[in-house]
Amino acid sequence: MSSRIPLPYSSRVLELFKNPKNLGRMEDASISAVAGSPACGDMIAIYLKIDDNQVIEKASFESYGCAANIAASSILTEMVKGKKLEDAWKISWRDISDELGGLPSVKHHCGVLAVGALRRAIREYFKNREKPSWLPDTLTLEEKQALEEEKLIEVLSKRLK
Amino acid sequence: MGEVSRSVKDLLESHGKPLREVYLDSENSGLIFPEALEEMVRTYRDYGYGHPSITHKKGWEAYEIIHKATDTLMRLLGVEEGEVTYTHGGTEANNLAIRGLVQHARERRKIVYSSIEHLSVKFPAERLQKEGFKVAEIPVDKEGFIDIDALRREVDKETLLVSIAWVNHEVGTIQDLRSIVETVRDKDSEVYIHTDTCDALGRFKLDFRKVDVDLASFSSHKVYGPKGVGMLYCKPEVRIYPIIYGQLSTQELWPGVENVPAIAGLYRSLENIERNFENYVDNMRRLRDKLIKSILTSVKDSILNGPRGDRRAVDNVNVSFLGCEGEALTVELSLRGVYVSSASACTSRTLIPSHVLIAIGRDYEAAHGSLLMKITPMHSDEDIDYTVEQILEAVDRIRSISPLRR
Repeated sequence: MSSRIPLPYSSRVLELFKNPKNLGRMEDASISAVAGSPACGDMIAIYLKIDDNQVIEKASFESYGCAANIAASSILTEMVKGKKLEDAWKISWRDISDELGGLPSVKHHCGVLAVGALRRAIREYFKNREKPSWLPDTLTLEEKQALEEEKLIEVLSKRLK
Repeated sequence: MGEVSRSVKDLLESHGKPLREVYLDSENSGLIFPEALEEMVRTYRDYGYGHPSITHKKGWEAYEIIHKATDTLMRLLGVEEGEVTYTHGGTEANNLAIRGLVQHARERRKIVYSSIEHLSVKFPAERLQKEGFKVAEIPVDKEGFIDIDALRREVDKETLLVSIAWVNHEVGTIQDLRSIVETVRDKDSEVYIHTDTCDALGRFKLDFRKVDVDLASFSSHKVYGPKGVGMLYCKPEVRIYPIIYGQLSTQELWPGVENVPAIAGLYRSLENIERNFENYVDNMRRLRDKLIKSILTSVKDSILNGPRGDRRAVDNVNVSFLGCEGEALTVELSLRGVYVSSASACTSRTLIPSHVLIAIGRDYEAAHGSLLMKITPMHSDEDIDYTVEQILEAVDRIRSISPLRR
């Protein structure tokens, strides 16, 4: 089998893997977004309920991915709850890693993908609304990396066929 | 305590105490026969702890142990002549076979191997390609059997070595090695043939009188002996060179002090296998079929990777659970006391899952959702029943987290 690197998950990661918070599809979500794909072996769906003041009332997730992926999505939905969209936008993959008590380096992309899904949802929310000044025109690091992962795997799996 | 040790301690403690523990990850590191462990302790403490090439009683005891192990292996291979070299593992044995042979390469500078070889064959070959050798990867069919016509085409006047594993380590495919050897010899009788036999020894009768290979690698932990010992069998007239240099002891191809207590453990494992062969094999086959059948009939969207029946190694179970990511599944099962591995890419940076599953035509999703389990002679019906129960629940839980909805 391919190379495996020892993964000393923090107990916080294992706890959230065992008992994830905010798990499940949200029927009355204001907006949702997906990052990754089954071919990547990594896929996160984020659901947000946003009130009139652009505050996230509640957030939930679904994840097809490793234990770190599940924990990263779960902690992100905890972190954004009650936050204004502008502040939620500022959460980086590193903040997620810190909140989880550190992610092994090979799992950093799980944090990246979670932030990528969140920012994709926020952009989607402003698609038919007035774009706020804090929302950048160009893609941020996490969004770019999520996109790159999706594109790379598309190319690789096509090459097989 | 350092940060990492503390976090590992937390991680282990949060596992709690499962009802039963079933270790099915003998692909990566194995269970050891209790008799082998006792033999090792005895060797460390009482008998044979000396250096096998020194002229005193403790040295001669060590020398005797090495020869008993060699004799037992040769009997299991059905050969009387040849050289067995002890290395520090199967990976090293495969490297010694390939790199030890290419040192005579003059006109012949091509290496042929299959697309599902273990990385300890594939990577040395790829490394040699960077050093100017030609390589050819022979494709396999959906069950992992190599394309004999492609092999016949690739073997030519430039070919130095063909390396094909007798049994594939991930999907359990038992190659028709006899036909492979005949095909290669018919095409060019000067080509050397190496087989990685790590997953074949102890699973069916190997008879090297009928299957005429030049070099064969073995791994101690895959025959329920201790980790840290590999063997390379070399046919009498075949000459290869060492790949590491230093003070020679009892062996010409490998310098350094032989790990005699580990070789003693290996000797006892080989003896167990020789003595109880039919028994072990029948039991593993029965438990394998029970595990495969129970999973496939009770878990929706589960598919077997590799062949069925007598063309599959008696210990190998490899199933893909669609819509389930394999790493998460291994962690979930770990919390339930069932230890298995996955070919998911999730632990590597490349995003590319196992090259074996891709080579047999599985798509990425199926490869990411695969679990590899290996039955040993030490497993019981109760172990398999418990494993099936836990897999059912674990797959359900991991699927319930997923947005893919299967």
